[in-house]
Amino acid sequence: MAIFEYAPAPESRAVVDLQPAYGLFINGEFTDGSGPTFKTVNPATEEPLAEIATATSDDVDRAVQAARKAFGVWSALPGAERAKYLFRIARIIQERARELAVLESLDNGKPIRESRDVDLPLVAAHFFYYAGWADKLEYAGFGRRTTNGHSGTKPLGVAGQVIPWNFPLLMLAWKIAPALACGNTVVLKPAETTPLSALWFADICRQADLPPGVVNIVTGAGETGAAVVAHPDVNKVAFTGSTEVGRIIARTVAGTDKKLTLELGGKAANIVFEDAALDQAVEGIVNGIFFNQGHVCCAGSRLLVQESIHDELLAALKRRMATLRVGDPLDKNTDVGAINSAAQLAKIRELSELGEAEGAERWSAPCELPERGFWFAPTVFTGVAQSHAIARDEIFGPVLSVLTFRTPAEAVEKANNTPYGLSAGIWTEKGSRILWMADRLRAGVVWANTFNKFDPASPFGGYKESGYGREGGLLGLEAYLDV
Amino acid sequence: MTTSLADVAASGATLRAFLHGLPGVDRVGADQRAATLGTRSIKTSAKATAIDLAISMVDLTTLEGADTAGKVRAMCTKAVRPGGGAPKVAAVCVYPDLVAVAVEALRGSGVRVASVATAFPSGRTSLEVKVTDTALAVAAGADEIDMVIDRGAFLSGDYLKVYEEIVAVKAACGQAHLKVILETGELSTYDNVRRASWLAMLAGADFIKTSTGKVSPAATLPVTLVMLEAVRDFRDATGRQVGVKPAGGIRTTKDAIKHLVLVNETAGDDWLTPEWFRLGASSLLNDLLMQRQKLTTGRYAGPDYFTLD
Repeated sequence: MAIFEYAPAPESRAVVDLQPAYGLFINGEFTDGSGPTFKTVNPATEEPLAEIATATSDDVDRAVQAARKAFGVWSALPGAERAKYLFRIARIIQERARELAVLESLDNGKPIRESRDVDLPLVAAHFFYYAGWADKLEYAGFGRRTTNGHSGTKPLGVAGQVIPWNFPLLMLAWKIAPALACGNTVVLKPAETTPLSALWFADICRQADLPPGVVNIVTGAGETGAAVVAHPDVNKVAFTGSTEVGRIIARTVAGTDKKLTLELGGKAANIVFEDAALDQAVEGIVNGIFFNQGHVCCAGSRLLVQESIHDELLAALKRRMATLRVGDPLDKNTDVGAINSAAQLAKIRELSELGEAEGAERWSAPCELPERGFWFAPTVFTGVAQSHAIARDEIFGPVLSVLTFRTPAEAVEKANNTPYGLSAGIWTEKGSRILWMADRLRAGVVWANTFNKFDPASPFGGYKESGYGREGGLLGLEAYLDV
Repeated sequence: MTTSLADVAASGATLRAFLHGLPGVDRVGADQRAATLGTRSIKTSAKATAIDLAISMVDLTTLEGADTAGKVRAMCTKAVRPGGGAPKVAAVCVYPDLVAVAVEALRGSGVRVASVATAFPSGRTSLEVKVTDTALAVAAGADEIDMVIDRGAFLSGDYLKVYEEIVAVKAACGQAHLKVILETGELSTYDNVRRASWLAMLAGADFIKTSTGKVSPAATLPVTLVMLEAVRDFRDATGRQVGVKPAGGIRTTKDAIKHLVLVNETAGDDWLTPEWFRLGASSLLNDLLMQRQKLTTGRYAGPDYFTLD
């Protein structure tokens, strides 16, 4: 037995008051959905958490109408008034951060350390950031008034937003904060497996006295999302999720005058040079792929390591992976939580088995996985070639593929040799090489000597099949203004 | 030691090439890692284990101009029986002229006597004086010598001078264990901390120690982290294990436990003993005792229930 075992340190569930069933949030009221209800489960235990309503296309229509009606009031408010609401929402989120963090970990399976220290602070920061822009849109650089009557400060109207399950509340913040700051109203559909924090957010909107209809939350599966996207009175569609669904949405929106932003998949290269700060590079690799169980679109799922340090780095990485604490998401000492759903677990297993079948060598951290719930041990594949499926397909789980390179040029070539282009990481102590690489990498975000760092002031988005449009920062305003 | 490492101190040039060839330390990353480990929640049984472990690792220290034989004797009494059934501390740490007093007070107790030497804390004197200082402390019965490195020589790039001084002091130690104080607050960068750690280990240090306690910042979590990585890597390379002693600025149980978490998740079980990890401190012991009593009784006792020695 180890000398220093950490006793369980569970965060209390009691701060979350779960009701047996939840409806839709339309025009400032919780109402029933017309479709059949479904259960949302705790992926760490498979215990059902609540019954959730399904919004049909009629329900979505009601929500869009409410948003349309509210648009008149909301867009007419001076920016400074809209800012007050957003600041209020940001402060309420901070006040209720503990409750929201526990809720997020319950519904999503992510460790409380991450929901507490990463998700919630970023959610609040995002609302604070865009609250600050609401009365300064004229100075955002999109122009004041153009000859054709358009103004760079004019909102688009009703935004239909569909978000994924990996960062439920953070993705909601990325969508709703800029939309509201610019004067739009929204109909948002959270993911089927993680609807709870969006419904809590609906409650926060009421607590903040946000005018009815400015924010509407419709829950349900893919069909509900399709109804939001296809609704003729939606002016703007924003989607974060898989490239597969992104394609369908792009097809739906094609030929309409809806404005569209897509933030899709990724297969990011985390590139480690022989002169890197080794211990910190190992931390960056771990953070890059095992943060949030690898359910991160910008995860550093491909490790490109210079051949000269391959063995040394892999030994250090495996030693570090053996210390990862996998288990109860509510335990404050957990590093890696539960896989979000049975379907996602099946997909991770399938791709990992394919990796072995194609000849890559699999190594998993020695850790005991709980019997119930959806779990996958942190795993690394070595001897991976560019042609392997695990080097090309997005696994969206705690699975790292290791490839090698010899020269900076080869590193760039391999990093870019993917249909995706969301993010990349560079690890070297040589500043000039960082700049040289960053110039050549076809990725929306390039991190140098760090990974998975987010800030509301920094734009985020992809090249190629990772999507288009930028969220966050000044550029994030553009998606919600008539420019 | 592997042959490649045996030759690194052959000349100033080879030593410099070796130390500058060590992987760099990224400050932002190291700070972040230490901060993340600092959020570990150590409760109930884990806390009880950690507190007793920390007490047993304390080098109870007094290094004041006003130290007297009476003061040292009182501290030694506390070191052997901290109170409330707590385990004895690892060692007491005093100036060389008080070693004989401590040795007398601790005879047969199993608590070791450590003495600072080599013109502590600045180290600004000749090698002859440093060696004599060490030899006299050892002759007076010190089990452990805490020497300071010549930071001036290190910062000016004269690594060989630092190396040779450590080798000379180590020779003067005889059977006594040598702890080499890097004074990381003066070295300033983590790259320097890693280089100085390796330099000291190559020269024969049994322990590497962060600070004298006379310079701020003293023992910070990231510095201890970098030093733990160094001893871990050094053992991988040479097979020889070297201990780590953060000292200075560790005042609360929380601080002490954070250091133990670093040891646990960086160097591992092999370092989680007083033989290989120490906490240089004075006021820390009372906070550990207070938290220990709180765990046992469920209540905090006022500071007057813990002796000031």
